[in-house]
Order: sequence, then C-alpha cells, then structure tokens
Amino acid sequence: MKRVYLDHISAAPLAPGVFEAMRPFLEETFGNPQSLHTDGQAAAEAVAAAREMTAALIGADPGEIVFAASGTEANNLAVKGLALAQKTKGSHIVVSAIEHASVLNAAKSLEKSGFATTVVPVDGFGRVDPAAVAAALRTETVLVSVMTANSEVGTIEPIADIVRAVKSKSAGVLVHTDAVAVVGNMPVDVRTVGVDALSLAGNPFGGPKGSAALFLKKGTKLAPQIEGGIQEGGRRGGTEDVAAIVGMGEAARRAAAGMSERVARMTLLRDRLIEELPRAVPHVRLTGSREHRLPYHASFCVEFVEGEAMLLSLDFKGVAASSFSACTSKSLKVSHVLLAMGLDQTIAQGSLIFSLIDPTTAADIDYLLDVFPPIIDRLRKMSPLYTDYLKEQRR
Amino acid sequence: MIYSDKVMDHFQNPRNVGTLPDADGVGQVGNPVCGDMMTFYVKVKDNKLTDVKFQTFGCGAAIAVSSMVSEMAIGKTIDEAMAITNESVAEELGGLPKNKMHCSNLGADALHAAIDNYKAKTAGTATGRTVVPEHDHEGDACCCPYCEGPVEGLPNICACKQCDVELVECGHCHKYTNKAETVCTHCGAQLER
Repeated sequence: MKRVYLDHISAAPLAPGVFEAMRPFLEETFGNPQSLHTDGQAAAEAVAAAREMTAALIGADPGEIVFAASGTEANNLAVKGLALAQKTKGSHIVVSAIEHASVLNAAKSLEKSGFATTVVPVDGFGRVDPAAVAAALRTETVLVSVMTANSEVGTIEPIADIVRAVKSKSAGVLVHTDAVAVVGNMPVDVRTVGVDALSLAGNPFGGPKGSAALFLKKGTKLAPQIEGGIQEGGRRGGTEDVAAIVGMGEAARRAAAGMSERVARMTLLRDRLIEELPRAVPHVRLTGSREHRLPYHASFCVEFVEGEAMLLSLDFKGVAASSFSACTSKSLKVSHVLLAMGLDQTIAQGSLIFSLIDPTTAADIDYLLDVFPPIIDRLRKMSPLYTDYLKEQRR
Repeated sequence: MIYSDKVMDHFQNPRNVGTLPDADGVGQVGNPVCGDMMTFYVKVKDNKLTDVKFQTFGCGAAIAVSSMVSEMAIGKTIDEAMAITNESVAEELGGLPKNKMHCSNLGADALHAAIDNYKAKTAGTATGRTVVPEHDHEGDACCCPYCEGPVEGLPNICACKQCDVELVECGHCHKYTNKAETVCTHCGAQLER
C-alpha cells in the first residue's frame, strides 16, 4: 500500500549520502578520537570536520559546539549546566509555558537545588511576548530559556527580540534557546539571534537519531551534566559517537547547501495543506501561528473527534501523522502546549499534526486530502458530540 | 500495533453504531475533557434487549469497546446485560493495553446507564436520558500511568516501583497521577495537596 509519511516531528529519514558518510566510522575507521595512534587520529579528524560543518550551519565557531546524544540531552545540559554554573550569582530562571519536557522538567529538577522558576505564558497562537519575558526577570535571574519554534503547533518565537529585551534589561542574564525544530530546516544564525546557548539535533535535518549538539558561546561557563573524561572540552564526558557526529556533520553540510530551495518547496506544500484541509473538512482549525510558522508544519484541531482514532484511521490508509490528544499520550494527558494557548480541553482532543519530510511531494498532499474527509466523516457519524452539535444547529 | 486484531476489527468495522429515536433507555457516560464519551441506546421487549446502538467520541479502544459491548448485550436479558463486566469486555477483545482499561469500564458503564434509564422510565421516575458525567473507576487495576509498572505505598500517596515517580491518588476518580501535576491526568479533577 502507498505510504505517505507526514510525521517529521517524530522522526525523519537520513538525507541522501549521510549513511555513506557514516558507514566507514562503524567499520574500518573505528578508532577512538582520543587515541594517539593513526586509527584514533583518523576518527578525530572526522569529528573535527563534522564540528566545523555543524558550526557553519548556525554561524558558530567550531569550538562553540558541544556534541550530545539527543536534543533532550542538549536541553538538559543547557538548562541545568548554565544555571548550576551560575548558582553563586542567583537562583532564578525563566522559561516559556510551551517548552519541550526536557526544558520544563530540567527546570523543575533545578528547584531541588534551590532554584525558582517563572513560567511565561503564550498567546492564543503560542507566541511568547518579549516584554513579558523581560518583565519576569528578577535581580537574581541567571537564565532564560525560550524555544525558537514549537514542534506541536509550528509557531516560531521572536527569539531575537526576546534576547534583546532580556539583555537590555539585564545584560548578565544568559539566554538559551531550544532550536531542535528549526536548525537545518530554516536559516539560523546564532550571532544575529544573539543567544548564549542553542540546542540542535541532527535527525530533523536528515542526520541520524542520537546526534545532537549544544552551541555554547565562547567563554560561557557550564557545569557538565555527564561527568567523565576530557571529551568535548570537559563539557560532556563519554567516548564520541563518531559515526553519529559524522552523519550530523554531513547532514548539516547538505542542509545548508539546499536551504532556500527546500524551504520554498516545503512552504508551498504546507500552505496548500493549511488552506485546503479546512476547506475539505468543516470544523477544522489551524493551531499555532499562520504567519510565524515552521515551513514543514501544519497542525490542526479537528472538532468532535479524538486524535488517536484519527491516527489509527490515517495509518490504515498509509498516512503517518501525530497527535497530542490525551489518549495518544501514555500519561493520558492532553498537550500542555495547546492548554497554554487557551484551547478548550475538548477541542484539544482533536489535535492532529502533519509535518512534511524532504521527499514529501504534491502527490502526497493530494493523497492526504483525498483520504482525510471520509475518515473524519466516519468518526463524526460515530461521535455523540457531533450528533449533539447537529441537533443544536437544527434548533 | 498496540492493539489486538480484534480491537482493530471493532474499531474499523464497529457494530451497531447510531442512535435509536424510539429507544426505551438512553445512557451517557464520560466527559470529552477526559478524551472519551459514550452514549448507549437500548430497546427492550419482554425483559430482553432487542436492539442496542451507541455513539462514541474517543480513542480506538473506546470505539472498539463500545462496539463489543453492544454486540455482547443484544439478545440478553436485563439481568444478563447488567452482569457484563469490564473484564469480560476486555477479555472478549483479546485484551487491552493497561492504560486503556478505563475505556472498557466506560463501555459497560454506558450500557448499564441506558438500562438504569429504561428502569427509571418504566417506574416513571425519569423522562430524559441518564447522564453519568464522570466514569466510575471502581475495580480498575492500579498501575503507574507513565510506565504501566506496579505501584506501592500508602493508599493516597505512593511511588512507582519501576520509574520511581511519586504518585498521588485522585480524590475524584481514584486513579494515580504524578505528584508534580496539579490536575488528575485521568479525569481532569483538581488534585488536593
């Protein structure tokens, strides 16, 4: 059966050429980069080259890249590592309400070390107000962490404005941004944005899972969260995952090269989906910002139906998508992002996210637009909420 | 696939979906805030359920459970239908994931609410449908909502043995939620501190 994979935010395929670049480092060039012999040095050179390519993707210096094993790890390293390194200066941090769990839970865990957290709310489109971030600063604030874009609703945050608002009020406060959903899929320049730290992951731009990095501005103090040897300048212990690092470097090089063409192509397909899906099925609303939006991201709430039932039905038709309804999560809890945006809990149960991958075509979107209306029609005919709604309408 | 073939069959081809305009009893259970809500319609003749129809808003398990309950109930006497248990529904479906067991409770509860409604109407004590906005979680096996592992500790606060999360019991639905939460992840009720 035809498979249409529209779940970029969960996993993406390797970009062409990435596996070929990685393969030698799993087989013949298997040395440890810390070893002095030829085998080790060959691996060390490959890691150095990958560090350069990863840094170049975000306009950083190679020495500012700390490799990690996941976006989650990079976020933990940034939030805990930056806060704990400055504990003598102060013990207050600021995060937004729609951060990934790896930032929110890291902030929660800092509370055990005496830190206090302020959570800045978002508007109905999931946007953070820079003035609200600045207003949340206290004299003892040491760190602000606001994401560059949210993968559940696709909203891009005004991160450069947030940095400016924070720094102009209190120059010493560090700003970290989780840019996992953005890097490699849109141009990002750490100097223009002005952040002190930025998390990125390789998989969203065609690198392997298990590849990620933290950009850390030169001179920024960090308390390591994985203590061990001198790898990554003592900032992250553990033998380098050379193949994963090489894969991310290669993916970074390719992503940078084809960026503007890819963004334009994705945006075109995304806009078609955003315009045509609500036209094909009534009572479907876009979640997140229409204007400030990830190029590969179309997220909706479909009224009167529940997310998991939609995902299962779509999967039967060969379409892979995501939902953040209560029933699709193991904790049976509806998305904190949708609730922070003020969405009604019942509406949030109809959460549905289509995220395009690089080979997504216009024919894939045609196919989705074709199979989607009958699926919703079938589920709505089963839904007592829809029956009640129709009854109300007739009154 | 997280579900058995039988669950998927009932989800894809649910039996007895719809409403009965001339129903003898109508019961509604659940709350869309929790992610699932079911309405059951029953037709009764000579103390037997001659027809059962349902509508469900919810996940794959909720839809499959409703379908199975309707199939099990048709042709049964009132007493036999009232004896349909959550366990028997889940068993007929070839089992359900632990964190979906509350859906099976909902199905039997909705059928029972429709029968109660029929009884009340016959006795002249009810006119509309019987609505149970929150579902009864009695008899629910208690497990960690995060890893489905066993929980241990005092009755109102305990910890998951596997993932070491501190859990509190919701005063409303009596299921367990991470202590760090402010509302119950199962029924949405405010957790008491």
